[in-house]
Amino acid sequence: MTQNASTTFINIGERTNVTGSAKFRKLIEAEDYEAALMVARQQVENGAQIIDVNMDEGMLDSEKAMTTFLNLIAAEPDIARVPVMIDSSKWSVIEAGLKCVQGKAIVNSISLKEGEETFREQAKKILRYGAATVVMAFDEIGQADTEDRKYEICERSYNILTKEIGFPPEDIIFDPNIFAVATGLEEHNNYAVDFINATRRIKQNLPYAHVSGGVSNLSFSFRGNNPVREAMHSVFLYHAIKAGMDMGIVNAGQLVIYDDIPDELRERVEDVILNRRPDATDRLLEIAENYRGQTKKKKAADLSWRENSVEERLKHALVNGISSYIEEDTEEARQKLGRPLHVIEGPLMDGMNVVGDLFGAGKMFLPQVVKSARVMKQAVAYLTPFMEEEKAQCTTGDDSNTTKVLLATVKGDVHDIGKNIVGVVLQCNNFEVIDLGVMVPTQKILDTARKENVAIIGLSGLITPSLDEMVNVASEMQRQGFDIPLLIGGATTSKIHTAVKINPQYRRGQTVYVPDASRAVSVASALVSEGGSARAFAAEIRADYERMAEAHARGKKEKARATLAQARANKFAIKWQNFQPKKPQFLGTRVFRNYNLAELARYIDWTPFFATWEMKGSYPRILDDNKFGPEARKLLRDARALLQRIIDEQWLTAHAVIGFWPAARAGDDDIHIFTDDDRKTVRTTLHTLRQQMARGSRDRANFALADFIAPPESGLKDYIGGFTVTAGIGEEEAAERFARENDDYNKIMVKALADRLAEAFAERMHERVRREFWGYAPDERLSNEELIAEKFQGIRPAPGYPAQPDHTEKRTLFDLLNTEQEIGVRLTESFAMMPASSVSGLYFAHPESRYFGVGKIAQDQVADYAARKGWDMETAEKWLAPLLNYDPALRAAKAAAE
Amino acid sequence: MTREERLQKLREAAANRILILDGAMGTMIQKHKLEEADYRGARFADWGQDLKGNNDLLVLTQPQLIREIHDAYFEAGADIAETNTFNGTRIAMADYGMEELVYEINLEAAKIARASADAWTEKTPDKPRFVAGAMGPTNRTASISPDVNDPGFRNITFDELYHAYQEQARALIEGGVDLLLIETIFDTLNAKAAGAAVLDVFEELGIELPIMLSGTITDESGRTLTGQTTEAFWYSLRHLKPFSVGLNCALGADKLRPYVAELATRAETLVSAHPNAGLPNEMGEYDESPQDMAKHLESWAEDGLVNIIGGCCGSTPEHIRAIAEAVSQKPPRKPVEDNHKMRLSGLEPFVLG
Repeated sequence: MTQNASTTFINIGERTNVTGSAKFRKLIEAEDYEAALMVARQQVENGAQIIDVNMDEGMLDSEKAMTTFLNLIAAEPDIARVPVMIDSSKWSVIEAGLKCVQGKAIVNSISLKEGEETFREQAKKILRYGAATVVMAFDEIGQADTEDRKYEICERSYNILTKEIGFPPEDIIFDPNIFAVATGLEEHNNYAVDFINATRRIKQNLPYAHVSGGVSNLSFSFRGNNPVREAMHSVFLYHAIKAGMDMGIVNAGQLVIYDDIPDELRERVEDVILNRRPDATDRLLEIAENYRGQTKKKKAADLSWRENSVEERLKHALVNGISSYIEEDTEEARQKLGRPLHVIEGPLMDGMNVVGDLFGAGKMFLPQVVKSARVMKQAVAYLTPFMEEEKAQCTTGDDSNTTKVLLATVKGDVHDIGKNIVGVVLQCNNFEVIDLGVMVPTQKILDTARKENVAIIGLSGLITPSLDEMVNVASEMQRQGFDIPLLIGGATTSKIHTAVKINPQYRRGQTVYVPDASRAVSVASALVSEGGSARAFAAEIRADYERMAEAHARGKKEKARATLAQARANKFAIKWQNFQPKKPQFLGTRVFRNYNLAELARYIDWTPFFATWEMKGSYPRILDDNKFGPEARKLLRDARALLQRIIDEQWLTAHAVIGFWPAARAGDDDIHIFTDDDRKTVRTTLHTLRQQMARGSRDRANFALADFIAPPESGLKDYIGGFTVTAGIGEEEAAERFARENDDYNKIMVKALADRLAEAFAERMHERVRREFWGYAPDERLSNEELIAEKFQGIRPAPGYPAQPDHTEKRTLFDLLNTEQEIGVRLTESFAMMPASSVSGLYFAHPESRYFGVGKIAQDQVADYAARKGWDMETAEKWLAPLLNYDPALRAAKAAAE
Repeated sequence: MTREERLQKLREAAANRILILDGAMGTMIQKHKLEEADYRGARFADWGQDLKGNNDLLVLTQPQLIREIHDAYFEAGADIAETNTFNGTRIAMADYGMEELVYEINLEAAKIARASADAWTEKTPDKPRFVAGAMGPTNRTASISPDVNDPGFRNITFDELYHAYQEQARALIEGGVDLLLIETIFDTLNAKAAGAAVLDVFEELGIELPIMLSGTITDESGRTLTGQTTEAFWYSLRHLKPFSVGLNCALGADKLRPYVAELATRAETLVSAHPNAGLPNEMGEYDESPQDMAKHLESWAEDGLVNIIGGCCGSTPEHIRAIAEAVSQKPPRKPVEDNHKMRLSGLEPFVLG
């Protein structure tokens, strides 16, 4: 607030006080609670640590207004994070308020005005509700004006509260009454001194109690002359805080800094406040008019950092992610330091080291770091031509100092948001990153690694087949004689998979699992560190993985599985006689091109977006998270701004294709799709997998998706749907534009947003399917939160996810929908969708249909499934690898021996 | 032993060692796979609503089963059993139309647990057993509107909660409980109503029993359902001067630890924790083994975080046995000194001084 206020002084916001703010009163009288909440929010945003709520207005039902307003605040985490001061002269209003707050509030106020009995009773209730309280220096005789009366009433109140009621002394806040001074009446002249001295005595003699007051009363006689009033408040607080005042109702925006008050004014104000001379009031009046009407300078963005040295300015820009001045500052530094390389190795690296330290210490978060990296890249981009020029002049360029890391998303996979983040973080830490992009074949990775002489290879992937691809890269590295470290990361990768499957394939070098981008730097640094420490680190990792692998092998008694026959006997039995399938509004497919992005934006689930940026927590609560809150807000603001541009400038294009077909269960675990509703000709078959957990007889069923489709013997005409949506058309181009501008932050952001839009599209289409196109739930009305919580009938499981983990089923679905031709989404050889921001799945309408995880499956089902799919055993085991409840190598060996 | 003597023993025991709270009641009841008829018994055979799942009712219709569960936990080494009264308020019982049975259910539940505890105290007099009257959160929240379009609306008020908890507390005390455990607090305002009710009942009856408070951190955001941080939660309820404050449910031991540690550094009273046996797996089952759970809790004890520990959802007598064994030789945590700062809270803590 001001430099003369001690750091422990608490300023209480009073804008939500109908007696203190005419604007707020009008809003409450008009029952415009939405605008009233804005007032509260602004106060908190402007730094109020506690907000005072007062509804004491004759025309209001104050109890009701208090209850309504506090209940509404409870629903606003931005406001509710701070404690409330429940302010009323009516006890019933205070009690109504206390019944609404889950936090510990402050009551404002109680006093001995109506005698000890009422005082005791109210204090006891406050203790029951769990609140602190303001106690006015007021007794049966009246409000205390002199120092002695102020202190004595406070002391008496203190003794009753602490000794008779057991009220904690630290929860008592005395208000010894601030009255107006310089009124012209001589008996008022000492009021400020009385308050200050009483404060001092309270703090000295009544342990742990606090002192507060409403400061604006003090300057009442100078209404209309704000400069003088502000000076009076500042001078008063300067002395009162020194005496021990620790809270106050002050309009923080209207305080001047004590030292900034002109000397003449300050001296005369001080004379008044401290009652230093009999003519103090007259002397202040004499000069008061000279100050009236002076307006304060408008606050602009704080640019004081621009006055520092260029080195400091570069550091500031990097740490704060400000790119506005980066080119001019970089140029100035280049001229000052002589060589571009000196700028990079000097101030720029210094700044990035600060960023790295702050990030490592948890004081900066990923989005900030990526912004810093953007500034860094822009500076380096500016310097690059100068360096080229230098190089051309004398070939002394020696860049062997930087460590090269090769990053790639493996063949068949197109997901690269996480990999890009790792790349940025590594670059921030002085690694040179060679990013080969997505769907990179093994040989290209290894050839590039050799050609560029990289020190580390990092692999990324998101879909499950990528796990196998990584094993393949590892074994090729072994075979081709590599010995550099191999880093593994991405959503489906895990330490256990790395230890059990990848690490044993690559004996010549060390494989390391990296759980997130923040860890990438420390791992990479450790692996290339000087001396023996890199080897020691690798040895430690290796020993750890070997222990894990052994423990895994030991503990890997195959989980108890039911036989496929048993599992089928325990299928999820829907009582079909109670069900009448709804016929969809059309059969066959329908295509939606250029879907309105603004409509989709409303369906975004932001929680996974924050997870992408390694900020874990659910939206919107993460915005108030102790650790991530402020950065999460900034990130969301940036995201929303970019989203708006994406929508306005149509960077992305969203298409969907959906379809409905007559269907019937086939056998136990498959679904027939018919060419038409005569149901004579089978067009294709969808295959599903069944849970094989060993179940007790009265336990839950062993689910397969086929259970949710009526079997022919039910006599019902059932249907199934399917869809593919994409919001990723244009995604790569937009990301590429940012990449060219060295703006990784927005490059990652645009992909993360496309990803969210695709998910939102899937959500929105499913809603429309339920309400319109299939129409089995025409009256459904759900909020976005309820949609995210899946509070609706029917499911949309995707091939490759827990309910049907076989990615290859996407092929059948794509053929049914004619997806490639209709909307241009294609499948890779690992059945990943391109563009990456696409979602596909099936629609099931039965009210009892639900999501489940297939879990591990036994050899009998793999054999059965292979036969149904027309595969040999090895092919089935390849595609179902993550699901197998047995070791396929052992199975093959056994088969060969027989 | 009189209640006063027992409470004296309780305080002595708490000063010397880590006390063991029992494990899940619901999990144990589930194992019996009771059917609608089992819940109804003869007395409620004609009750107009489905009763399957009304676990609290079992103290009337299957008292022997509840007694056996208490016995099993005491046998495993629990010091304190919780009565089977998690939903024993007229607010929660309204789901079954059983508001008028609330008093009887709590009274009987307390008596069953009392009889089990007394029998075990007789068997092992050096390890007296205690009964905590469990007071659950009810199925409504005083701080959140059930209607997203009307955030100022509430389907339960402080006063309704206050009266419902008074009724429950009176019956539990009459039935002979030693402590009252306000638990699984997901809305601190509900708990404030419970606390006020309990203190007023104490005053009315002229007795004072120890109060245990246990909040629930709903997910890894580290906040209660109604948005409070652990520290803010504690500041909201400190005025109840509880015997202990802690956390239970929602998370397994590994995920719960940071929040218990947070309380351990703030609470001027004993700290309790009864986590779930891990997190539900993809099938909704809790599958942390007794050994794994005990290992986690042993490290908490070693680091001086806790005074009272037990289990919540998914835990069984085998979990409690493993936990009791793991911490039997570990010293209890020392409560922190009161710093006499003014500690307020909204969703977040605010400390002055």
